[in-house]
Amino acid sequence: MPELRSLVTKLRSKNAGPFWLTIDIFCGSPEAYARVRDGLSTTRVAQVFDTDGQAIKRFDIEQLHVVKFSLPRPAVQGSVTDRDMHGASWAALLGDVEI
Amino acid sequence: MTRVLIPSGALGLNYDTQALQRGIAAKPDIIAIDGGSTDSGPSYLGRGVSKYARASTKLEWAGLMAARAEAGVPLVIGTAGTCGTDSAVDWMLDITREIAAEQGRPLKIAVLRSSQDPDQIAQAFEGGDITPLANAPDVTSQIIRSCSNIVALAGAEQITAALETGADIIIAGRTTDTAIIAALPLMRGCHAGGAWHGAKIGECGALCATNPQSGVISIDFDATGFTVTPLAAGAHASPHTVSAHMLYENSDPFILYEPGGYLDVTGAEYAAVDGTSVRVEGSKWVASDRYTVKLEGARPVGCRTVVMALLRDPHYVANAQIWADDIVDKCSAKVIERMGLAAEDFTLELRLIGQSASFGTLETRAATPLEIGVIGIITAPDEAQASEIGKLLNPYLLHHPLTQEEEQPTFAFLFSPPEMHQGQVYEFALSHVLHLSDPMAAFELEVIDIA
Repeated sequence: MPELRSLVTKLRSKNAGPFWLTIDIFCGSPEAYARVRDGLSTTRVAQVFDTDGQAIKRFDIEQLHVVKFSLPRPAVQGSVTDRDMHGASWAALLGDVEI
Repeated sequence: MTRVLIPSGALGLNYDTQALQRGIAAKPDIIAIDGGSTDSGPSYLGRGVSKYARASTKLEWAGLMAARAEAGVPLVIGTAGTCGTDSAVDWMLDITREIAAEQGRPLKIAVLRSSQDPDQIAQAFEGGDITPLANAPDVTSQIIRSCSNIVALAGAEQITAALETGADIIIAGRTTDTAIIAALPLMRGCHAGGAWHGAKIGECGALCATNPQSGVISIDFDATGFTVTPLAAGAHASPHTVSAHMLYENSDPFILYEPGGYLDVTGAEYAAVDGTSVRVEGSKWVASDRYTVKLEGARPVGCRTVVMALLRDPHYVANAQIWADDIVDKCSAKVIERMGLAAEDFTLELRLIGQSASFGTLETRAATPLEIGVIGIITAPDEAQASEIGKLLNPYLLHHPLTQEEEQPTFAFLFSPPEMHQGQVYEFALSHVLHLSDPMAAFELEVIDIA
């Protein structure tokens, strides 16, 4: 099974304020969108980030062929345990997921 | 129709001067630029300083002040000096006075201050006037009082009050990113949903178009919606680039909370006007019953020293995590024993750059790199203690063997001394809203005339 990153045109993450992380998956085509929408469950995303699936907000945006997830940040931005001030790297972890 | 000219996503990021000139020639009603955000971390709010160079800020602000004089319209900056504290506003005001003297023009400046007294915020918290937002940290009155800076985010109401003074320039402390763009269109009766939606699309400058680094855009607001036009040569907006911008740094791409209500763009329709501009209609503003403003606070949580070493020996690279864990255990015990600190008084962590520094225990991939950067990150109550722990860590990073049987290794250091002192570090302490009976109750407005 291919990894998510090989199916999509752009995968990015960013802070949505100091307490939230948001991940945008730009699929690039209706086919890739359908595959990501149906193949990437919110539960799987919760496992990747070791968080509670109930806390994740999910948006399947057909018009843009985008699947978006927002979740409480793995560490509060800039706290002692934070590893990524701008939340820039976290999407790469999702890119490894096989779909 | 109200035309807002937006030179860049933030003052300090530069803008295309030719595109700005095009914007001025098109006769805008106001020039609005953002000055900051929380995106660079808690240190700027904690210290009350800007992250951008004063030299860049001055040069770019001087260009905007000259453009403002040419256009004869107000110029407004929101979240002055990255964090929007009173100290950052004063820094911006100082730069503005300097430029005004150099440009030799009389000016009326409105200054909107957003800093809050931690004691008063703690009292409001005790009185039930502060409500946590989703995933807010747990706070107590004591934590609130320990904040070095707290700001409230002004909305359109406070910017409107500043515009009503007739000022040439408005230097605002912390505001929402959108308020400085939405305020004038709202004052003039433009479509409220369109005003807030257009403001959200425009708050990062040309990020909503192709050639996102070009900065300058213009937005026309009217009775039914808005039209966005990027002004740099070769930059184009399309329904896709504009609607996709609602995703950026937003936890919810359809709903945006602001002081006094929220924007709902689920019904928005995006249409290409030509190859460059995009028209948007159908967004909705929903006013709330109670007026609230968001609070941001940062508090000091100790001092930090970092130490870095490099592992290149394949044996140590292959066993780096075991080596690092052993050092953290032994060095932490030594800190407790020799410095008399309790375990909860300090943190000591070794991050393996090139192996697991990005994701830590969440990392799913394993590969043996050629070399690993080992960064020791220490926080302690004060700078002397953080420095002392750095010195206790030093011999381990230089010579710690994996087992007692092996010869003493030596690892590469980058500097002498190897300890790098970051000084006081801060953490974000608030993600809450403050209930206000009057929008101006948490803000101060001052008008300054420069002859």
